[in-house]
Amino acid sequence: MAMSIAHRISGVALYLGTILLAGWLLAVASGPEAYQCAQAVVTSIPGRVVMVGYSWALLHHMLGGLRHFIWDLGFGFELGTVEWMARATIAGSFGLTILVWFIGYAVL
Amino acid sequence: MQCFEQETGVTESKIKAGKTGTRHFLVQRVTALVNVPLVLFLLCTLIANLDKDYAGVQAYLARPLVAILMLVFILSGFWHMKIGMGEIIEDYVYGRATKKLAGLLNLLFPLIVGAACIFAVVKISLGL
Repeated sequence: MAMSIAHRISGVALYLGTILLAGWLLAVASGPEAYQCAQAVVTSIPGRVVMVGYSWALLHHMLGGLRHFIWDLGFGFELGTVEWMARATIAGSFGLTILVWFIGYAVL
Repeated sequence: MQCFEQETGVTESKIKAGKTGTRHFLVQRVTALVNVPLVLFLLCTLIANLDKDYAGVQAYLARPLVAILMLVFILSGFWHMKIGMGEIIEDYVYGRATKKLAGLLNLLFPLIVGAACIFAVVKISLGL
């Protein structure tokens, strides 16, 4: 149950956060001075916290969505399966966040 | 679900059955699946480009693959989020007028923010 409301809350947070995406894209489209402003915000400490938090919300919402999709297909309604899917979603969201940031920074 | 006007003597609003429920359900799942690879690819590449200077970021976003995937993601993602927020409004917002207002805002917000994103991506990739 908590996972479902977390799915919803992360959805709302992502919805509102698209303003930040639009702002950043518009800054890049507006030229170097505007971009420097945006980059200063993004690379600041609170900016980085928001970035990691947003990516975590995105990946948590994605894994929760896949959980719901498995249920839509008719699988995974047994109590044991429900339990481990919930745990896998939480663990996976943290793991994926770390992985994505690692790939972004170290690999690419 | 209809309210009986004769019995109460007051004209109640008739709450109609939604006609688009199945379509929303399917579109939500399809956009969700499309979003999975898009989000993973875009997150990784975006993070890789966050610390670059203006020229580097502009070059990244102007690449045809990135620009096209960005546009697909904007369309799919914003449609998905509009339907999702619509369900939240259906669940938690009461009152005829408030619900309609919320629905209108839910139409305008993804539309405007999405249009801004699309404009930015096109402008960057065309080098304008």
